[in-house]
Amino acid sequence: MSILLDRESKVIVQGITGKIARFHTKDMIEYGTNVVGGVVPGKGGETVEGVPVFNTVKEAVEATGANASLVFVPPPFAADSIMEAADAGINYCVCITDGIPAQDMIRVKRYMYRYPKDKRMILTGPNCAGTISPGKALLGIMPGHIYLPGTVGIIGRSGTLGYEAAAQLKELGLGVSTSVGIGGDPINGSSFKDILEWFEKDPETEVIAMIGEIGGPQEAEAADYIKNHVTKPVVAYVAGLTAPKGRTMGHAGAIISAFGESASEKVEILSAAGVTVAENPAVIGETIASVMKKNAA
Amino acid sequence: MDIHEYQAKEVLSNFGVTVPPGALAYSPEQAAYRARELGGDRWIVKAQVHAGGRGKAGGVKLCNSEAEIYEATENLFGKKLVTHQTGPEGKGIYRVYVEGAVPIAREIYLGFVLDRSSQRVMIVASSEGGMEIEEISAERPESIVRSTVEPAVGLQDFQAREIAFALGIEPAMTQQMVRTLKGCYQAFSELDATMVEINPLVVTSDNRVIALDAKMTFDDNALFRHPQIAELRDKSQEDPREARAADRGLSYVGLEGNIGCIVNGAGLAMATMDTIKLAGGEPANFLDIGGGATPERVAKAFRLVMSDSNVQAVLVNIFAGINRCDWVAEGVVQALKEVQVDVPVVVRLAGTNVEEGQKILAQSGLPLIRATSLMEAAERAVGAWKNDLDQNTRVRAVK
Repeated sequence: MSILLDRESKVIVQGITGKIARFHTKDMIEYGTNVVGGVVPGKGGETVEGVPVFNTVKEAVEATGANASLVFVPPPFAADSIMEAADAGINYCVCITDGIPAQDMIRVKRYMYRYPKDKRMILTGPNCAGTISPGKALLGIMPGHIYLPGTVGIIGRSGTLGYEAAAQLKELGLGVSTSVGIGGDPINGSSFKDILEWFEKDPETEVIAMIGEIGGPQEAEAADYIKNHVTKPVVAYVAGLTAPKGRTMGHAGAIISAFGESASEKVEILSAAGVTVAENPAVIGETIASVMKKNAA
Repeated sequence: MDIHEYQAKEVLSNFGVTVPPGALAYSPEQAAYRARELGGDRWIVKAQVHAGGRGKAGGVKLCNSEAEIYEATENLFGKKLVTHQTGPEGKGIYRVYVEGAVPIAREIYLGFVLDRSSQRVMIVASSEGGMEIEEISAERPESIVRSTVEPAVGLQDFQAREIAFALGIEPAMTQQMVRTLKGCYQAFSELDATMVEINPLVVTSDNRVIALDAKMTFDDNALFRHPQIAELRDKSQEDPREARAADRGLSYVGLEGNIGCIVNGAGLAMATMDTIKLAGGEPANFLDIGGGATPERVAKAFRLVMSDSNVQAVLVNIFAGINRCDWVAEGVVQALKEVQVDVPVVVRLAGTNVEEGQKILAQSGLPLIRATSLMEAAERAVGAWKNDLDQNTRVRAVK
């Protein structure tokens, strides 16, 4: 098993006719993802990478039975596309777009609450690399070959730092059940806590790795949740020990603006919740391996 | 993006927030003339810089005559104001704002922020105006009133009234307070602000509610739909290197150390900085060149990093996914042929086609130091900086 995404997922790509979206659609299909269509308003009837393009998400869902979506739409229109997916009955949506206005995301989150929880779309991102269930399906832009199938569940705010962790695991012969990018924006679809809940329920996931960074309350909220609800071992790394206060470090959400938002404070909070913290990014893989060993014993 | 106090006051007054009469000046003569135009016999001269804490840093002067205004302005102009928010280098004063003094009865703190927990706009207010919010939360946390705004309907009158009563505003002035709060919220939401702070918001002895100071920060990602706000950008208040980087689509933050960093991805860039620190060095900068490490971007990145005269070694750390290592390596080689780099350069490539990438670097004939793991890369960069690396690597002398 895996979470959120597997071989059965029927994927559409919103914004599929863009150059980068085409490229990644091809890549996802080659990885084995069941891409069933794309959506671009006004381009219905065209074909991209062998899959049909529709004018609306509703049409795509009706025609293909799609239940997952990848949003590859430019920032001014991305929030609208996410809401369109939510309204068309998509179950899981990944938004790659970087640069969506924060208040657009506030509206998206508010809009999604109009659906009862069991019918509410799960959104991860925006500003993320996507989600992969290795050996099954890829919904995003990450290089699939750096992930081995396995039992480590990864949740991360950063794309390339997540790759770094996956590559370290591969080096040690360890694989991943699912890796979920929650993105670097201040207002995002799912938090660490939301995804921890999924991994805790997934029988295939043995250990959970959280890759956090400075800024925002989500690592601390996750620590609180782990203390009370997570039985599986959790390993964490928090980037930004050397980041100055009050400066945005690349990701819109990576800024220390309140107590508990610096890397050292987050490390302290996570450690106090029983999370094993990797001291530096070079030992994320090793730390996960040693926790797995201890867990098996 | 930050704007100046006088700009924020103009924006907010368009949304119904009352501000004192004031005028902008670019010289001492103009400041004195502005005071005469404004009338009255007491004025405040305020340095316009993008930072809080101006009062304590000597950037705000109370003046009782035109001569005093002239003198105060002359003393401020062209100086760097160093406050607890500017860093040691300070921010240049090129504009002052002259305001008529108002009779203050009490001071209130009022802030609007994006609350990341509730994922909504949150109003933070306190009866302890004039102090920084950090001080208030440390010393008088019980004085803080918080309220979040339901985004579908916006700030409601009852919420604004609740805040006014919690702050102990006299009933006769509740309506003014409601108008101020709703005006700020409207400006925040319509103009895509990420922060509005009025500290202090004052109640005057003649029963008016007036914003004595105003700070606004806007969402860079939303400036495309607010050209009138984008125009308020003042580059004199930005770090020149950071501004240049932003104009070139690179994300750069200058730091105090001497090991320059060129990395793809914000998280990996921070992690690389952390590893340098662990290896005994200090990073000179944060730099995220974005997902696609094209030769042009790598060359731009080298130019930017080398424009910092403190840089004594450069660490390039690229995790190539879809953009393969061989392609990134070619970019690095091409960039180093274009850009004069006279300090040791350590390159660590990881990901797709890493062997081919390493081969290209090795065969380039450039004096590059190669590394395989992140830790090794950091150690080599620190080592190169300390100039105790193996002579065989043909490292040029540290300048």
